[in-house]
Amino acid sequence: MKNRKRLFENIVHGIFLVLGLVTVGCVLLITVYLVISGIPAIREIGLVEFLFGDTWASTADPPQFGILPFILTSIYGTSGAILIGVPIGFMTSVYLAKVAPPKLKSTVSAAVSLLAGIPSVVYGLVGMLVLVPGIREVFDVPDGSSLLAAIIVLAIMILPSIINVSVTALEAVPKEYEDASLALGATPIETYFRVSVPAAKSGIAAAVVLGVGRAIGEAMAVVMVSGNVANMPSLFQSVRFLTTAVSSEMSYAGAGLRRQALFSIALVLFFFIMLINAALNFFLKRSKEG
Amino acid sequence: MRNMKKILSLVLIAALAVMTLAGCGSDSSDSSSDSTQSSSSVSTSDTGSSSSSEEEALSGTVATDGSTSMEEVIGALGESFMNLHEDVEFTYNPTGSGAGITAVSEGRCDIGLSSRSLDEEEKASGLEETVLAYDGIAIIVNPENPVADLSLEQIAQIYTGEITNWSEVGGNDAEIVVIGREAGSGTRDGFESITGTEDLCQYRQELTSTGDVITNVAQNPDAIGYASLASVDDDVKALTVDGVEANADTVKDGSYQVQRPFVLVTKADTELSEVAQAFFDYVTSADAVDIITNAGVVAANE
Repeated sequence: MKNRKRLFENIVHGIFLVLGLVTVGCVLLITVYLVISGIPAIREIGLVEFLFGDTWASTADPPQFGILPFILTSIYGTSGAILIGVPIGFMTSVYLAKVAPPKLKSTVSAAVSLLAGIPSVVYGLVGMLVLVPGIREVFDVPDGSSLLAAIIVLAIMILPSIINVSVTALEAVPKEYEDASLALGATPIETYFRVSVPAAKSGIAAAVVLGVGRAIGEAMAVVMVSGNVANMPSLFQSVRFLTTAVSSEMSYAGAGLRRQALFSIALVLFFFIMLINAALNFFLKRSKEG
Repeated sequence: MRNMKKILSLVLIAALAVMTLAGCGSDSSDSSSDSTQSSSSVSTSDTGSSSSSEEEALSGTVATDGSTSMEEVIGALGESFMNLHEDVEFTYNPTGSGAGITAVSEGRCDIGLSSRSLDEEEKASGLEETVLAYDGIAIIVNPENPVADLSLEQIAQIYTGEITNWSEVGGNDAEIVVIGREAGSGTRDGFESITGTEDLCQYRQELTSTGDVITNVAQNPDAIGYASLASVDDDVKALTVDGVEANADTVKDGSYQVQRPFVLVTKADTELSEVAQAFFDYVTSADAVDIITNAGVVAANE
């Protein structure tokens, strides 16, 4: 009887192990595949020329594969989105976690969750039909498809991740800290910004990093509003991101160096995401310890 | 300790499986170019067996090779042909017009596909062309734009950045927003080869679908774009080129210049295999007109 019970336990353990390994296997598969298919083109083109070449002309003769414009665009676009999205998201989360009356809080939280659930193609579509003509009118430029449009769309897209994670971090701050601060005569607002926020800073940092990850990996929404030309980034220029560089040419690339170069771009993007993930893990660990 | 060992071995097995899978993945992409060659040789050996059966039970392989721009139209035709004849296999190798013409002259495929007419030299070498369809490309602007006509040369100059303001071609004083398709698109390839602007175009936007081009041109009064003739709608205005309106008739009689033929290339002195001949007859028949039109081009024998 006892043996049978143990056998059953072992079997269940085994099933869980296999299921757990599915995820690990997928990550390994993708990593290995990306490295294997991404390395040849980098070798053929040369790492420096590939990463720092400023011209991408994959169909020209001879073709040029420099992805510096894509890298810079991804970095600028993400930074811009963070610059706009983080202050809004941060203030919203302080308000939601500390100030807002419960009824209002549940309404706003529901709205935030809804924002998180909107498919990126819808962001892109609205951006294309509203934002792009809007930018053209407001800034009096010939065309609104630009880095700025992409930044605004990305800033809105990263809001839910920033707000949700920050609210959780702020709510986890022990009530005693705030009570002590209030008892010492600090106003509620002083307490939130001098006591609660510093106590939750690792969690908030994790929220920002999560936002960076979301922004740098987004393809669908930005391809629809950014114009998609491999220019060096500038606010009102049409630009191409690392993600959209891969997605827009993949279906035509066929075989050969051009296709391999797209894999190499994906590898570079993957490398960025790994860095961001490492940062995220670092902050999350610290917030747990703190 | 024993558990550790177990886990370790499982991880190793998983890693091995991953490696093998990854190996398969990279191999298959390399060998894809070979596969059609082998299939075309199959088709020639198959013809003997198919001739013994009755006509309705057509079987064998039709191998086509050539223009990447013709992918959509030839793919649709191949699919519907395979639906009609269950035992027939249709293959298409997107290698480019030049490679397709070479392939058919060397007997590596049944029908070559070319998105340009054969030149004299190629015709002299014993190749025959049959126009399947015409790929008409409309030059589109916003309906608010007063410009209604451009010459082919002006279009080329706009796309290469020599003309940057609409006032230079009789329009408003506004910067021209040049919209095109992404590198590799058949429409872009067609437009650039007709206007002689390969790799010279200064695009403001490179969009990934015809629909996106039309939407953007419909929204921006200073935009110019190109799209296949069949997909142009009322949201945009198709320009006349050197005074010729873009429609199916002007494309077919050749007076509208921004167009190119989609050509089936065959050998004049060699007969097609039964199944390839059946395919050839099918795609040039009236039955195929709808499929060709749906693929966004103008059928030659409409």
